[in-house]
Amino acid sequence: MNLSVQIGRLTLRNPVTVASGTFGYGVEYARLLDLNRLGALAVKGIRLDPVRGNPTPRTAEVASGMLNAIGLQGPGVDGFIERYWPFLAGLEVPTIINIWGTTVEEYAEVARRFDALGGVGALELNVSCPNIKEGGAQFGTDPRLLHQVVAACRKATSLPLITKLSPNVVNIAPYAKAAEEAGCDALSITNSFPAMAIDIETRRPRLANGTGGLSGPCIKPIAIKLVWDAAKAVRIPIIGMGGIQSAADAIEFMMAGATAVAVGTANFYEPQTALQVIDGLGDFMRRHGIEEVREIVGSVRIEKRS
Amino acid sequence: MIQNTVRILRNDREADLYYRLTLRAPRVAPLIQPGQFAHLRIGFLGEALLRRPFSVFQVADETFSILYKTVGKGTEALARMRPGDDLSVIAPLGHGFTVPQPGGETPLLVAGSYGMAALYLLAQRSPQKGVVFVGGRRSADILCVEEFRALGWDVRVTTEDGSRGEHGLVTRPLIDEVRRQAGGRKLFACGPTPMLEAVGRIASEFGVPAELSMDEPMCCGVGVCLACVIPIRKGDRWEYQRTCTEGPVFDARTIAWDVRG
Repeated sequence: MNLSVQIGRLTLRNPVTVASGTFGYGVEYARLLDLNRLGALAVKGIRLDPVRGNPTPRTAEVASGMLNAIGLQGPGVDGFIERYWPFLAGLEVPTIINIWGTTVEEYAEVARRFDALGGVGALELNVSCPNIKEGGAQFGTDPRLLHQVVAACRKATSLPLITKLSPNVVNIAPYAKAAEEAGCDALSITNSFPAMAIDIETRRPRLANGTGGLSGPCIKPIAIKLVWDAAKAVRIPIIGMGGIQSAADAIEFMMAGATAVAVGTANFYEPQTALQVIDGLGDFMRRHGIEEVREIVGSVRIEKRS
Repeated sequence: MIQNTVRILRNDREADLYYRLTLRAPRVAPLIQPGQFAHLRIGFLGEALLRRPFSVFQVADETFSILYKTVGKGTEALARMRPGDDLSVIAPLGHGFTVPQPGGETPLLVAGSYGMAALYLLAQRSPQKGVVFVGGRRSADILCVEEFRALGWDVRVTTEDGSRGEHGLVTRPLIDEVRRQAGGRKLFACGPTPMLEAVGRIASEFGVPAELSMDEPMCCGVGVCLACVIPIRKGDRWEYQRTCTEGPVFDARTIAWDVRG
C-alpha cells in the first residue's frame, strides 16, 4: 500500500498535513504526538518583521466551528529562524513555511530568505488571511495581483511553491488558474471564511476585530465544493482543508480532487486528529483494495441523472 | 503535559451552581504544580467543539479534582456527566504559582469565589501558612473555607451583600492587612479580572510582590492558537504573551493593564 504523494518535487510520506495557524511551529505538540508520522507540517504565517497581532478577544466558539481574528501574530523571519527552525530542521517531516507580506516585494524577500535557509520543504503563500488590513486577502481576491505575487516568489525561490487561496470569491477557477500560470506547484484550498458573531447582551461583536475567519466542521461542505471547482480548472495538485475531523472527511476532500489534505481547527480540540486520519485512510484503502492513495484523488463519480 | 482518557470518580454539586469533579488520572496527577490547569474535552457537547480549561483544585495520589461553576454550554454539559464516564484531558498545563521557600515571604492569598480552587495546592504546599482572603457576591459564592482552615490557614470572608463574613469587597481587608504590614508578604490571587487588577494595584501601591492567575478565553491550551494572549511589559515596550503557556500565573508588575483597556 502506498500513501505517498507529490507536491511539486516534494514527496510526502502520506497525504495528511496540518494547516498553518493551527499547529504553531510544531514544537508545541511534540510531547503529545509523533510529529514524524505527519505528511508535512505547515507553520503559522510569517512575514519579514515580528507582528504583534490583533487585540483580544481573538476567538469565539460558534456552532460546529469557531471564529478567529489573531492577526498573524508572529516572530518575523529572523525570530522564527532563531527560535523554531533548529527544532523543525531536526524533524524528518517536511516543513511547509507559510509566508505573507504587505507588498509583492516583501513576499518575494521572505521567499528569498527561506530559499537561502536550506532544508525547507515548501513555501505556502498566504494570500487569503481575512484578519489583516494590508496584505493577505487583497492579493488573493484580485487575479492580476495574485499572478504578480506568485510570479515574484517563483523568481525568488526554487522551493516548491503552494498558494493558499481565499474562499471569498465568486468563482475560484480563475484564481486557481492565475496561480498555476504564475508558476506555483500546488494550491491550498481553503482558508477561513470572513464571518461575524455578535453578543446580543452587549450588542458588541464577539471579536475585538469586529469580524474574523470561520473555520471548523461547519465549513467542510463549502470547502469541498471549492476544491472540486478548482480541481477541474488546474493540473497542479491541491491540498484540501476545511473542517477535517476524520479520515472520512479527508477522503471526501480527496475524492473531490485534493491530492493531500490538512487538518486545521480540529488540532485545537483533538491534537491526535491528523494521526487518526492517517490510520483511517490506511484502513479505508485496505477495505477497498486500494494500493495507491492517488487512486482516490478526484474519484468522485458524477453521473448525469435524467 | 500528557493527553489521556480519564475516568470520572465523582461529579457532585457543591453548592448553588458550583460542582466538584474528581478524575482518576494516575499519570497526570503526580505532575501537577500549584496554579496549573487541565484542558478537558467534554463529551455530549454536540456542536460546541472546543476544550474547556479548569484550574486544578486538589491532588491526591492518582486523582485530581476541579471546582467549577455552571456558566454556559460546556460546564452545563460537564455537570450532566456521571461517575464512570470518560473525559479526554490534556494536563498539567501552564506556568503556575511560585511556591514560597522555607523561611521566605508569608503568603497572602486572594480569591474571588471559586478562584479559591486554584490556590488550594499552593496553600497545601507552602511551608509558611498565611492568610486567605475570599470574597463573593453572596454567601453561596464562598467555597472550601473549611478545607483551607483544615490546612491551618486563617480564612477571612467578605461578601458584597454582607450575608457572610465582612460586608464589602475582598480587597478591603486585604488593604488593611498590607497597610498593617507589607514587608515579608507576597500576594497570590485568582478570581475575576477586575479583582485581579485591583490586587495588582494594591501590590504596586504597597510595594508587595504579587502573582496573579489570569483567566482568558482559550482554544488549544498548548500555545499554538494565540487566542488567550494578554499584554506583558518588556522594558519600555509590551508584547502579547499566552495565558496558557507563559501564564496563567503572571507577576503582577508585568501586566500592561493600560493596554488591555
